[in-house]
Amino acid sequence: MKYSILAAALLAAHPALAAKVFVTNERGNTVTVIDSGTWEVIDEFDAGNRPRGVGVSPDGKLLYVCASDDDQIKVFDTETYEELYSLPSGPDPEQFTKHPSGKLLYVANEDDNLVTVVDTESRTVVAEVPVGVEPEGMAISPDAKYVINTSETTNMAHFIDTETYKITGNVLVDQRPRSAIYTMDGSKLYVSSEIGGTVSVIDPNAEGGPKLLDKIGFEVAGVQPEWLQPVGVRVTPDNKWLFVALGPANRVAVIDAETDEVVDYILVGQRVWQMDFTPDHKYLVTTNGNSNDVTVIDVEAQKAIKSVQVGMQPWGVAITPE
Amino acid sequence: MRMLLRLVLALCLAAWWSGAARALDVRAAVLRVDYPTVLPIARSDVRPEDLGFAGAALGDEDNQTTGSFLGITFATSNVTATPETMMEALDTILSEGIRLIVVMARAPDLLAIADKAGPDVLILNAEARDTSLRDDQCRANVLHISPSQNMMADAVIQFAMWKKWSRLFLIEGSNPADTALADAYRKAATKFGAKIVETRVYEDTGGSRRTDTGHVLVQRQIPVFTQGAKEHDVVIAADASDVFGLYLPFNTWEPRPVMGSGGLRPVTFHPDHEAWGATQFQRRFEELTGRLIHEEDYDVWLAIRVIGEAAIRTGAAEVPTLRDYMLSDAFELAAFKGRPVNFRSWNGQLRQPVILTDSKLTISVSPQDGYLHQRNTLDTLGLDQPESACEAFQ
Repeated sequence: MKYSILAAALLAAHPALAAKVFVTNERGNTVTVIDSGTWEVIDEFDAGNRPRGVGVSPDGKLLYVCASDDDQIKVFDTETYEELYSLPSGPDPEQFTKHPSGKLLYVANEDDNLVTVVDTESRTVVAEVPVGVEPEGMAISPDAKYVINTSETTNMAHFIDTETYKITGNVLVDQRPRSAIYTMDGSKLYVSSEIGGTVSVIDPNAEGGPKLLDKIGFEVAGVQPEWLQPVGVRVTPDNKWLFVALGPANRVAVIDAETDEVVDYILVGQRVWQMDFTPDHKYLVTTNGNSNDVTVIDVEAQKAIKSVQVGMQPWGVAITPE
Repeated sequence: MRMLLRLVLALCLAAWWSGAARALDVRAAVLRVDYPTVLPIARSDVRPEDLGFAGAALGDEDNQTTGSFLGITFATSNVTATPETMMEALDTILSEGIRLIVVMARAPDLLAIADKAGPDVLILNAEARDTSLRDDQCRANVLHISPSQNMMADAVIQFAMWKKWSRLFLIEGSNPADTALADAYRKAATKFGAKIVETRVYEDTGGSRRTDTGHVLVQRQIPVFTQGAKEHDVVIAADASDVFGLYLPFNTWEPRPVMGSGGLRPVTFHPDHEAWGATQFQRRFEELTGRLIHEEDYDVWLAIRVIGEAAIRTGAAEVPTLRDYMLSDAFELAAFKGRPVNFRSWNGQLRQPVILTDSKLTISVSPQDGYLHQRNTLDTLGLDQPESACEAFQ
């Protein structure tokens, strides 16, 4: 008994057990590191030119940063923040998604209409898949059979078979699709359209190929409809809630992922862009590009509880796993 | 409602695509009428040979990438003509079965082309900015990709008012096109509560445009020309003929900013615009064409994209279906200006933000904050429905 109290006290007090939140600052050319236990900034380091898409390896040891203007993905040590090496990513990498094993990264190359598949171990390009104009959003199905790319000018979600690297399906969505995400059970795919102002709900497993089921629209009293621009999307692991960052509307929409109805809007910082959960999924961290901060949302309460100042024009966020 | 309509259309389209694997050919032409012109004041304003066509090439490429996933083929041909040969050129285009024509021509020629082409043809105007074309001279078979002069003037005056620069010193050229542009500024001033405290006319006396050490004279002439004007916050230049607007900044008698045809200029696009993903667009254009983009290239690109978007969403290549879709609430297009562009259903004008540039950077984008409208804030720029005498779209 005594020991367990002591252990609990140690757990609570030990900062190393909290996750690290890495925020890319697109304009500041840095990554800000935040402790998710105290929500204090613990460091900021140089991360190449125009860092945007960001992710952490499954073992939590490596941080991948798309240095868009350097045409490479830089790899950093998540403890020392030392730049270890870089991965060949193809030109102007913006976003990527990871294979669950961590072995492969699927990278959207905005400038040349390609998705590049990079082996993180051999540090080589495994495949290049031609997609639509201005590839942007990347997602992977929970069973890792399909990688999704959204192309901003072609306005499609492309389904790429991860075995053959062939496109097996295309779904037209609204203007400028930015991000995509699967529910954890793989039954639905959500695609946000920034300029179209909607989130498309897609059945990825429909007979005869992926099928558009519905479109979620947004409405906030006192906000001009054209500023309701969906960008980042995240689904809770119980598949119950979808969170959508609404860009210059400065709000995150909360959507019931069973009915696909909007139930609330959470006011956050300015030009809210990308989001990530802490490993326990208790908190959702949003990057706010125009107010240079991140907002911490209490997921269960669906309330913003804190904002933390970061570098210039925060873009992406990735959090170390447990 | 609008979303529902879009969803229904999308679902119909999905059903159509899965049901029918037929290929679709979408053919368009760009008809550019070239006029004898004098050299521009600024060397970098010289019209490239492929002006407009370069935008069509990129538009075609963008459409084709999407088309390749859907079994649609896009092809656009480029045709140059003079005012004397343009009708012949039109006949050739029509004889090839092309019914979608992007026209770069002055207003009277645009109307002549549209009237001869008739109701089975859809003309997309990518040059003429005369407001009359969106007013009593509108045509049911002409949609306007280029903004009107009134939209451009409103964009400038909204910015002036946002800055609280409400006292305007208007300098207009002596040609009819300059007067029309000045009229747009007069109307904008009334519309947004600015006051034109003084108007002067700068005579176009002809002569050569660029001479060695020309700035020496300009530096002496412009201060004298602008001397003694009533107290003003800003100088507005209405110089559609490119005679003096660019000479005004820094040369005025009073230290005042210049806007309009010099200083802070309203444009549809410029090569340094980077916001809203435009960087990728600029890079694609430069890689394809080997030069920087001009407004006309962007306007034609947008016209070709409008055709592409309508064809992709409807699965049709016929004019009535495409025109109906373009004018419907369901139509919208991303155009690297931060919000969707679509058409005013009462006069066929494409709604769009207007960029204000100092010829290097995007300084601002109108409509400005606080200019509201019951339908769409973009309708604070240019002729609004109750003001327009256009009846062809009813």
